[in-house]
Amino acid sequence: MILAENENGETEVTEQFVRRRRARSYAIAAILLALVALFYVVTIVKLGPEVLIR
Amino acid sequence: MSNVSVNTTHESTASAGFGEVADYFALLKPRVMSLVVFTALVGMVVAPGGIHPVIAFASLLCIAVGAGASGALNMWYEADIDAKMSRTAGRPIPAGRISRGEALAFAMPLAVGSVLILGTLVNWVAAALLAFTILFYVLVYTVWLKRRTPQNIVIGGAAGALPPVVGWAAATGTVSIDSLVLFAIIFIWTPPHFWALALFRTTDYTRAGIPMLPVVAGEATTKKHILAYSALLAPLAMVPWMMGFAGPLYALVAGILGAMFLYFAGRVFMSSAGSQTISASRRLFTFSILYLFLIFAALLVEQGFGLELTLAWM
Repeated sequence: MILAENENGETEVTEQFVRRRRARSYAIAAILLALVALFYVVTIVKLGPEVLIR
Repeated sequence: MSNVSVNTTHESTASAGFGEVADYFALLKPRVMSLVVFTALVGMVVAPGGIHPVIAFASLLCIAVGAGASGALNMWYEADIDAKMSRTAGRPIPAGRISRGEALAFAMPLAVGSVLILGTLVNWVAAALLAFTILFYVLVYTVWLKRRTPQNIVIGGAAGALPPVVGWAAATGTVSIDSLVLFAIIFIWTPPHFWALALFRTTDYTRAGIPMLPVVAGEATTKKHILAYSALLAPLAMVPWMMGFAGPLYALVAGILGAMFLYFAGRVFMSSAGSQTISASRRLFTFSILYLFLIFAALLVEQGFGLELTLAWM
């Protein structure tokens, strides 16, 4: 259930809905961080060992 | 006033925003995705030359996400028929945990993103093949063929057969005849695999109005087709060994499993209508999954771990 009435008769989102939305937000954040790490590592690999020679 | 507007929104999108992370993961068809990743990995390992492990990981990730996006788009389009079949009624959309709009909004960025990232990080031949695979599965199989012809899984099977070609292209930047042989093995494997499923799920498919072969042409015709494709598959699976890109371990495994596939297909063919057909087709369906996994595993072990040389010496 997404919406429920509180004791004042007002409609508000349920605790369960908020918890699920938070879990989805964390999952999206983790995926974005993993993507940043992937791009970083692949860039290093593509540049090769020469990147360390200055 | 505000209560009224909130309630209206609630009614129009009953399940919007209520899906769990696990529901979104289920949209990706993880079991299909695992077979796709596995066959793509084999294509990558069998391909000549080496591929850096990080690039290989990035490739497999993109292929997995692309396959998952195809699965999610398939569920988005087929929500109506999924609701009518017992096998699929529990999926997130027909079960009401995710709305169709959310599934589409989830799948599209994954489909486009997987192709663009594969192209950027690996190469554009592999990316183009992945894009073709996604488009073929969604537009040709799901939208066009599935509800129209009993040849749906024959032609549509091309999408499921492409991952080793994508994997090969990720490693080499090209498409070769060797990778097309791997494509052909999965392509010919697909019809007997799905027709075996359709034989013991005929009621489901009839209820959903999907013209699978047993629904349209009957059990006897389906059994003949299964046997014919199995008879084609067994020798076809020996071609990698004949062409020299697979060794004796693969030949042994493919030979034995090919004979077993024919045996199980023969049991389906000989079975009398009713419960005997159902149990025989169930056995063939289960074995067909094991068959594909094991022949590709043999290739992977042999080529990936260098067992080919050891066995060639014996």
